Amino acid sequence: MQHLVLERWSRGSSALHRLDPRAKAVALLVFLVALATAHRGVPLLFGGFLILLIAGLVCARLPLWGMFARAGLVLPFTLLFALISWAAGDPARGLSLVAKSYLSALAVLLVVATTPLPSLLGAFERSGVPRFLLMVVQFLYRYLFVIVEEGQHMRAAAGARGASARQWMPGGARFRAAGGALAVLLARSYNRAGHIHQAMLARGFQGHFQTLEAVPVRSSDVIFTVAASIVAVAWRLVAERVAW
Amino acid sequence: MSPLVEVRGLRFRYPDGIAALNGVDFRLNPGETVAVFGPNGSGKTTFVLHLNGLLAGEGVVEICGLPVAAANIPEIRRKIGIVFQDSDNQLFMPTVLEDVAFGLLNMGFDLPSALSRAEAALAIVGMERAAPRAPYNLSAGEKKRVAIAGIVAMEPEVLVLDEPTANLDPPTQRSLADLVTHLPQAKLIVTHDISFAAALCQRAVFFNGGVVAAEGSVEDLVSRFDWDFSAERSKLRR
Repeated sequence: MQHLVLERWSRGSSALHRLDPRAKAVALLVFLVALATAHRGVPLLFGGFLILLIAGLVCARLPLWGMFARAGLVLPFTLLFALISWAAGDPARGLSLVAKSYLSALAVLLVVATTPLPSLLGAFERSGVPRFLLMVVQFLYRYLFVIVEEGQHMRAAAGARGASARQWMPGGARFRAAGGALAVLLARSYNRAGHIHQAMLARGFQGHFQTLEAVPVRSSDVIFTVAASIVAVAWRLVAERVAW
Repeated sequence: MSPLVEVRGLRFRYPDGIAALNGVDFRLNPGETVAVFGPNGSGKTTFVLHLNGLLAGEGVVEICGLPVAAANIPEIRRKIGIVFQDSDNQLFMPTVLEDVAFGLLNMGFDLPSALSRAEAALAIVGMERAAPRAPYNLSAGEKKRVAIAGIVAMEPEVLVLDEPTANLDPPTQRSLADLVTHLPQAKLIVTHDISFAAALCQRAVFFNGGVVAAEGSVEDLVSRFDWDFSAERSKLRR
């Protein structure tokens, strides 16, 4: 069974992994605001922020190319809007849009890949985010694995009977097979989710996930948040001053 | 001696109209280990799901003298622990330790107590080294042990094991039998594994058509219902 690689990365032991999720979330927010609201000195700002993120990736001992590739998943969406800007005669805005969205995705990935989701949700809950919203996210995350697992089992079983994605089948049979597989996947995932829920209820689940990590914020967390925020804001100011 | 589990006239019909239980009577006394046999679809698992209120039918179900009713559900689920057939359904937290602590935190234990109890439960099942690992990376036997630890940690008075030896190789089945024997709780074991039941259970009940059709020793029921693969072995050899 192959689970999300991000889940595996988030279980690392670097200094960045050990920081309180709240510290990382606040620093991320400051970084994103500094990035998203920038209008002048943009190339210098982007270069500096990219170096900052790479330093974070190296510190967290995360695979650079793997992270770059995953952050690239947002590009198809922003490229469309960038092309529209380009066609409207404003290529600088288009490039800025692409760079901002890519760096934002990389920053979010850096936090997600250094913080197990339950800890992140626990931090949000302690910060006052509505519990119901967090439960929806947690269930979505858990049942995503359920569907992926079921899908992998079905694919293995189909492969064992000689099926492959590239195989030609006559008369639209491939579409019928894919449609049937999708329907069965939905039904099986639904059933399995029901069984998981029963197992949770059997152990006294009353609609609220308890987290194991109720550690207080340490001074190192505060230092990280303040330092990361100052660097992001200061670099933004420097880039704007140089552009002025 | 008052029974730990008492079921009288339990009836249940699924929403699609299929009658799964048609008047089950059953008792489990303190210290007993009872096997539940029966063909597929005879109502064994449906019966088990009534014991902690996951399903609610007509009739009387009492656990340690408490009727299984909405007001008593949290207390009932502390007293009766169910280890489900498919461990993957039970293990859903990111790490083994968190999964074992899940029930304890639901019971209201504070963090240090929940963690120390979870670690102690993992030690009982011999899985203390797996505490930081992700449950989905464990073998089938290890998952079963962790699933049992998740229940044992809650210190229930009754332990229900649904098909505990399914998908396990013979040496793992033996070590599981050894583990289960040493757990102090009264046990209800739903199984098709005659050797496992014979090694652990003083008594057995046989489900058929949604009722307890017979009751006796494991050997007695196996011979009465021809409930052993070896009974067919001689025919297959011909």
